[in-house]
Amino acid sequence: MTAQNSTQPRSKVFIAFQDNEESRPVIEAVLADNAEATAAYTPGLVKIDCPERLVIRRERIEENTGQPYNLQQLQINLVTLSGHVDEDDDEFSLSWGR
Amino acid sequence: MNIELQAREIQPQRQTFARVAAHTGDKPASRYLEAMLGAQPAEHFHYKPTWEQGFELYDKRRTAIVMNDWYALRDPRQFYYASWTMARARQQDAMEANYQFVESRQLAQKMSDALRAQVCTVLLPLRHVAFGGNMNNCQICSRGYGTAFTAPAMFHAMDQLGVAQYLTRLGLTLEEPGALEAGRNDWLQVKAWQPLRQYVEDSLVVLDPVELFIAQNLALDGLLYPLLFTQYVDDHLAVKGGTAVAMLTNFIPEWHTESARWIDAVVKVAAAESEHNRTLLSGWYSRYVERAASALAPIAALALGDDAERALADVKTALEARARKAGLDV
Repeated sequence: MTAQNSTQPRSKVFIAFQDNEESRPVIEAVLADNAEATAAYTPGLVKIDCPERLVIRRERIEENTGQPYNLQQLQINLVTLSGHVDEDDDEFSLSWGR
Repeated sequence: MNIELQAREIQPQRQTFARVAAHTGDKPASRYLEAMLGAQPAEHFHYKPTWEQGFELYDKRRTAIVMNDWYALRDPRQFYYASWTMARARQQDAMEANYQFVESRQLAQKMSDALRAQVCTVLLPLRHVAFGGNMNNCQICSRGYGTAFTAPAMFHAMDQLGVAQYLTRLGLTLEEPGALEAGRNDWLQVKAWQPLRQYVEDSLVVLDPVELFIAQNLALDGLLYPLLFTQYVDDHLAVKGGTAVAMLTNFIPEWHTESARWIDAVVKVAAAESEHNRTLLSGWYSRYVERAASALAPIAALALGDDAERALADVKTALEARARKAGLDV
C-alpha cells in the first residue's frame, strides 16, 4: 500500500439498514465508532458510507440499548452492504483491504 | 393512459413528543426515553393529600435526597413496560423448560430426604422476605418522584413477587403443600428467623423512599441473594447433589445480577449529585448493611453450618466493593 494523499480517491464501503426502532441503536453505534462515517436518510432506508473501513462494535450497541446484543441480530434489518465482511462475536467490519 | 409514480419524501414535523424534546432536544428518542421522560405529573393537582399534611400528591420533598433533575436517575437496562415484560417472559420460558427437565427426570426425588427438608427449611421462609421486598418497592414507587426512578421500582416490586412465586413452586416440587405452611411458621416462630423478620418489618414503615431503596434493594438484597443463592444453592448444594434446586431457582440469582446494575446506577448518580446526597446515602448504607448482616448471620448458620462466617464475610466484602464503586464512602 502507498501512503494516501488527498488527490487520490479513497474507496468507500457502505451498509444500509431499514429505518426503524431496532436499527437506530446500531446506526448510532456506527456513527459513534467511525469518525468518517456519514449517514444518508432516504424514505425507509438509512445508508452509511465510510472511506476505507467501517466497524460495528457489539459493546457500543449494548451501551446504547442497555440490553445484551448478538451481532447477528443486525442481519434482521440489514438491507445491503458493500465491502469484504469480517465478523466475530464482538465486531462486524467492512473494508476493501486484504 | 400513462401514470407516473414518484417517491416523495415527507419530513415529519417533529421527531418526538414535546415533553421528551424538553429533555433531549428534537431528535428521535428511544422507546425507553419516550415512555419515561416527562411522564411524572408535576402540576394542576386539584387536591392536597388529606393523609399527609404539608405535601403535594407527588412531591420531591418526601425524601431527604435533593436532585436537580429526578429524570437523571436512569435505568441502564432501559426497561419500560414492553421491554421489561418481554425480558421476563423469555426468562419464564427458560424456567418452564428447567421445571420440565427436573420433573421429567425426577431429579427432585433423587435428592435425599434430609437434603430436601433442609432446602425447604432454608428457602421457604424467604417467600415472606420477598413479599416484604414487593411491599417496599411499591412504597418506593408510590412515595418517590420522577418516572425514571419510580417505574423501575414498580417493575422491581413485581419481580420480587415473581421470586416469592418461584420459591412457592420450588416448595411444591420438593415437598407436600404442608412445607409452605411450615415455612410460614418458621418465619413467625423459629428463633433464627426473628432478626431478619424484625429487619423486614421495620423496613415496611420507613417513609423516605430513597432511604427505603438503600435499606431494601442495596443493603438487604445485596447480601441475601448472593449469600443464599450463590453461596448456598449454587456452591454448597451442588456438591451435595442438589443441582436440581439451582435449576428450579435459576431466575432468582439471574434477576439479582441484572437488577443490581439498576440499583448501582441510581446510587451512583444520586451520590455524585452533591456532598449532601453522598453523606446521606453513605450513612444509610452503613447503618442498614450492619443490621442486615447481623440479621442474616443466623440464617447463614442455618444454611451453611461451619462455612457460614466465611460466606457472609465474602458477600459483605463484595457488597462493599459495589457500594464503593457507586461512589459511597465505605
